[in-house]
Amino acid sequence: MKVIVSVKRVVDFNVKVRVKPDGSGVDTSNVKMSMNPFDEIAVEEAVRLKEKGVATELVAVSCGVAACQETLRTALAIGADRAILVESDAELQPLAVSKLLKAIVDKESPQLVILGKQAIDDDSNQTGQMLAALLNWPQATFASKVDIADGKATVKREIDGGLETVTMPLPAVITTDLRLNEPRYATLPNIMKAKKKPLDVVKPDALGVDVTPRLATLKVAEPPKRKGGGKVADVKELVAKLRGEAKVI
Amino acid sequence: MTTLVVAEHDHASLKSATLHAVAAAQKLGGETHILVAGDNARSAADAAARIPGVGKVLLADAPQLKSQLAENVSALVVGIAQTYSHIVLPATGFGKNVGPRIAALLDVAQVSDIIAVESPDTFVRPIYAGNAFATVQSKDAKKVITVRTTAFDAVAHEGGQTSVESVAAPSDFGRIQMVGQELTKSDRPELTSARVVISGGRGLQNGENFKMLEALADRLNAAIGASRAAVDAGFVPNDYQVGQTGKIVAPDLYIAVGISGAIQHLAGMKDSKVIVAINKDPEAPIFQIADYGLVGDLFEIVPALTAELG
Repeated sequence: MKVIVSVKRVVDFNVKVRVKPDGSGVDTSNVKMSMNPFDEIAVEEAVRLKEKGVATELVAVSCGVAACQETLRTALAIGADRAILVESDAELQPLAVSKLLKAIVDKESPQLVILGKQAIDDDSNQTGQMLAALLNWPQATFASKVDIADGKATVKREIDGGLETVTMPLPAVITTDLRLNEPRYATLPNIMKAKKKPLDVVKPDALGVDVTPRLATLKVAEPPKRKGGGKVADVKELVAKLRGEAKVI
Repeated sequence: MTTLVVAEHDHASLKSATLHAVAAAQKLGGETHILVAGDNARSAADAAARIPGVGKVLLADAPQLKSQLAENVSALVVGIAQTYSHIVLPATGFGKNVGPRIAALLDVAQVSDIIAVESPDTFVRPIYAGNAFATVQSKDAKKVITVRTTAFDAVAHEGGQTSVESVAAPSDFGRIQMVGQELTKSDRPELTSARVVISGGRGLQNGENFKMLEALADRLNAAIGASRAAVDAGFVPNDYQVGQTGKIVAPDLYIAVGISGAIQHLAGMKDSKVIVAINKDPEAPIFQIADYGLVGDLFEIVPALTAELG
């Protein structure tokens, strides 16, 4: 069974982002970039499926600028067999990415696509659901446990009230939540090996996909600053302040 | 211009998230309709019809809508989408699962998690865990939107009386089934709508110690939440998580106990009206956004606070 995982290059989760003074966006020059954490979980899950003998081939796909090759090399070092970069300097929004991924799926015919549930830059939480819609496949979003057997995926999903289990025949789309697994670190020998694994580059045009953004970003602003930093000496003072000053109890 | 709000409900009644989504829909101008897609969901539809200012309620009642699967709900919405300019869902687990599937089938972008309506095509939404606010304009003819419920005050749930119209549900998608649910049972108010929330972090050390927070929560009629660290460590179930990828809360009073204040946690609670932080580390980032910080041992402070409120 072939599995595709999609990975996105994002500002590292430890970086405190800064809004550009002209309000045109967030400053991403000279900041550390990494694989989106939810996508790391997706790669790890796919590698585990391969280690269990469920998956036979693992293809990592990324859509974006040339530097996404680094992100794909990371996926290869974790255990993907080969990689495809859909290279574009354009701003790629979730609908465009899902169309690019659909074009790749049409060519590669995987039985399963695993994606992170959300990228930590635009926080959209859309691409997996959109891909499933375009493919007319079932979707199991926010997965915290995945079992594949007899051509079916059984997925425990995180929902607002707790957990829910769905089963779906393959092919299917799964998006990962935080507690699905703990991604491994790529070891040095595997990082070296990853450099020799195949990495193809294609352009959106070659896939016949129009990636024109549907949303125009008019302005990016700092959120209003919260005035915090107040301290109280003890429980008595805290309760007095909550009652008298804040009037919330 | 007419907006369709896809209701979140449990078939018998509406979830409060729906009232927030309707509030955002009414800010768009134009008429608001509500779709209740469920199984034996007449009473939820009747509840929707009592919301003031709603033009019409559509009820799709069919067994295959019982599990609220995205495949079936999105097919239904797409089937009736033609007359609508906007389709609005709450940015809850339900809305996040269903919304993008609707948008892709309509070949339009989704605007996720809006916190303000600037005009019928322009919205404000948080990015980078709320460290920046983007104002975005949709160029699509139809707009699919999910709404951050804490950013829009709920509309009244009584006072109106509109008609409920039946719509047919498409046949079952068939290739997915919901086979079980493990729901956290609690007599406490729901985390996302509680007036007071008390959250515990890694400082609680284990799940057993969350009982201490329960005693305090009893005094304040509060919901209990947790940081990602506490959930990852297995102290409490996943549905307690407050943060960028968990639940977004904005209660009148938020009490953070033994939580250091990672960016992704702050993203889920920093719009709370009043924030109290209890932590033994005076350098913890949570104190920078807390109105009232109390530095000390939570194992002494929490019982003392509970007693003081008794």
